[in-house]
Amino acid sequence: MTKTTVTRRGVLKSGATAGAGLALPTIFTASSAAAYMNEPTGGTVTLGFNVPQTGPYADEGADELRAYELAVEHLNGGGDGGMMNTFSSKALQGNGILGKKVQFVTGDTQTKSDAARASAKSMIEKDGAIMITGGSSSGVAIAVQGLCQEAGVIFMAGLTHSNDTTGKDKKANGFRHFFNAYMSGAALAPVLAAQYGTDRKAYHLTADYTWGWTQEESIKAATEALGWQTVNTVKTPLAATDFSSYIAPVLNSGADVLILNHYGGNMVNSLTNAVQFGLRDKMVNGKHFEIVVPLYSRLMAKGAGENVKGILGSTNWHWSLQDDASKAFVKSFGTKYGFPPSQAAHTVYCQTLLYADACERAGTFNPCGVAQALEGFEFDGLGNGKTLYRAADHQCFKDVLVVRGKENPTSEFDLLEVVEVTPAGQVTYPPDHPMFSGGMLGTCNAGA
Amino acid sequence: MLGLDKKDTTLLIIVALLTLGAPFILNPFPADSAMAQFNAGYPDLMQRFVIFGIFAIGFNILFGLTGYLSFGHAAFLGVGSYSAVWIFKLFTYNVLPAVALSVVVAGLFSLLMGFVSLRRSGIYFSILTLAFAQMSFALAYSVLSNPRFNLTNGETGLQVYADDPQLFHSDRLPDLPHLFGLSMRATYRLDLGGWSFDFNAGYYLCAVVLMAVFYLAIRIFRSPFGMMLRAVKSNQQRMNYTGLNTRPYTLAAFVISGMYAGLAGGLMAAMDPLAGAERMQWTASGEVVLMTILGGTGTLIGPVLGAGFIKYFENIFSKINDNVLHGWFGFLPDGLEDAMVFLVHPFIGKGWHLTLGILFMLVVIFLPGGLVEGGQRLGRWIRRRRGGKDGEAQRKTEPAE
Repeated sequence: MTKTTVTRRGVLKSGATAGAGLALPTIFTASSAAAYMNEPTGGTVTLGFNVPQTGPYADEGADELRAYELAVEHLNGGGDGGMMNTFSSKALQGNGILGKKVQFVTGDTQTKSDAARASAKSMIEKDGAIMITGGSSSGVAIAVQGLCQEAGVIFMAGLTHSNDTTGKDKKANGFRHFFNAYMSGAALAPVLAAQYGTDRKAYHLTADYTWGWTQEESIKAATEALGWQTVNTVKTPLAATDFSSYIAPVLNSGADVLILNHYGGNMVNSLTNAVQFGLRDKMVNGKHFEIVVPLYSRLMAKGAGENVKGILGSTNWHWSLQDDASKAFVKSFGTKYGFPPSQAAHTVYCQTLLYADACERAGTFNPCGVAQALEGFEFDGLGNGKTLYRAADHQCFKDVLVVRGKENPTSEFDLLEVVEVTPAGQVTYPPDHPMFSGGMLGTCNAGA
Repeated sequence: MLGLDKKDTTLLIIVALLTLGAPFILNPFPADSAMAQFNAGYPDLMQRFVIFGIFAIGFNILFGLTGYLSFGHAAFLGVGSYSAVWIFKLFTYNVLPAVALSVVVAGLFSLLMGFVSLRRSGIYFSILTLAFAQMSFALAYSVLSNPRFNLTNGETGLQVYADDPQLFHSDRLPDLPHLFGLSMRATYRLDLGGWSFDFNAGYYLCAVVLMAVFYLAIRIFRSPFGMMLRAVKSNQQRMNYTGLNTRPYTLAAFVISGMYAGLAGGLMAAMDPLAGAERMQWTASGEVVLMTILGGTGTLIGPVLGAGFIKYFENIFSKINDNVLHGWFGFLPDGLEDAMVFLVHPFIGKGWHLTLGILFMLVVIFLPGGLVEGGQRLGRWIRRRRGGKDGEAQRKTEPAE
């Protein structure tokens, strides 16, 4: 290196410069005068729709975005009003929220927590979004929920099924309409017992990450309570595309049920492998071998094609439901886009309406007021029957659907049939249930 | 000044002006105009520009000087983030110890990784680093996040919870990363007419760090050590034949660039206290390679420009949706409007990868030296225009050389 001479004057000069540099930021700490983060002042209010537009869940994300646009249209008084007409709360007038026209910004989560947070932050900091919603995986939902808590805006979770979202990672500013892994287990187990008997030996293949583990834990607990035995639980790497080496040992394990705790592309591949190995034609322990997929979605069923026929699973909502609300939603979605909505579309549409309704009832956009209006809110007419937004953990409690892959689908969308609607009471758990313990809701944060 | 020659001093001053004035430079459009979509002067993106700039500067010390193409630098970034968040969880929200620890841990980790990987060069080195990084990713994503020993919290990412010990935290301090009480989220908004400018404490901390590490990078580039690294790039074999052991030099360069990455990771966690595993994925390592090549390998300011370029596309173009397009082309007749939206649609929103890819190809094909070469050509062209006949004469004499 070049020779450096240290002089007293030089040291003083650079010291002063460094000091000034360090002191510089402190003059910028004045906080703004607004009562809460991003208080809408003009004639419009901005919502942030943060969905995966690229990556493994891009299909779900695209469907969510469609539903969001539909919801905004309905809130602003356009279209046929959809589920606003069937919703039990009549606070929404079709003139935006609190008289302000609803605008929205979109972002791409890429199904990565970092990218999702970056995109949510840009919506909050740049576009002045007052609420963030969306997402199609629990990792992203939990990460963005944490961000919204810190920033002081409301987060309305999209498709997130892990217990942790409203369990150990619950936050005062975060709300989930979607059901969770525990509910899947509680809803599925009785149907499994009724269909396959109480004397079964189960073998789990589980995606090796947070959601997979909570799913496995939930199903295992629910089925063992009914008398099933768990032969083995095997974790599969998330990036796996070929599950043959995991399926082969199932054949020799003595198990007669295979439970696939996989989602998305993982589930499509593992189910296809299992069917190719002829598991479904086997007789084990004198019983017919069965496969169960605890979390189903229509988009996954489409991916797995023929292989889903006759396979049981659970889902949050299905477009073939015949209540007025579901029919109204399917009609307005179908009119606009030409095909029925997925469960992801349904849950985000509900979340948008619920948020708007809570603002109307609270008479403010202040996150703390909105949170208060949502807590303990009982409603009906959004396609899931009577529903409660529980105050203790911000989780919705409603009926859960047990579905089966249809044997004779009449169209490319008609892939699942509803076997049973498990009533909300049967899937309700106390807030301090061990699978959900460890977290704290904290206090609501209004930012600013 | 500070032991730099005139040219480098100018460069350092330019970088300082750019970083300190970024809130103005990046917000050229009034906040309620249609062009505000292209404003990038909000705290999160400015922080990202600077942090990835630091990451790319460090990467360039290895790749630009020695020519060793590492495909695993994201691992150091991730390790840095995890260390910082652990400091937040266990001790304090003050960012200084957190960032310091991330640099140290990333340094140690890169020493280990470099010691093994640098036994090979060329493509084998790249593959070894890639393997290491993917290994770290898999460890962070699932292995080290099991309930018995939860170091990384897996898919969800490591976060600070209200019931974490935080030994040195007190109620007087903000419940967010801070520098001796100054919250990193503190932002002062200056409204001037239709324009609004955000001055964010966290951003200015990053900016000061960037200037410091940029200065350090200049000193490394100009030092005999830097010369040795360049020699490794031009012909390592010959150096070995002359009896010189190059391994310590390359290892030092590797560790230095790993520490830069750790610093970037620590700052990232300091700006937003969450560390996710996908920060270590190979795509993240690939991104920094792209940044460096796009900006100009081996140049001082190139990587910073490349980092800004990529982050701008990721954050601004991905947010343009059809609604925005209809707003832009609304003045056209209906049929033409729809046609324009249809034409532009594939390049915005989820198509930002495509736009970036096309621009990357154009840069690599027509400006092999990256954006810096583009700047140089532009400068030469202007000088020629201004110089008039003089420049003409100079150009004509060139072939004679």
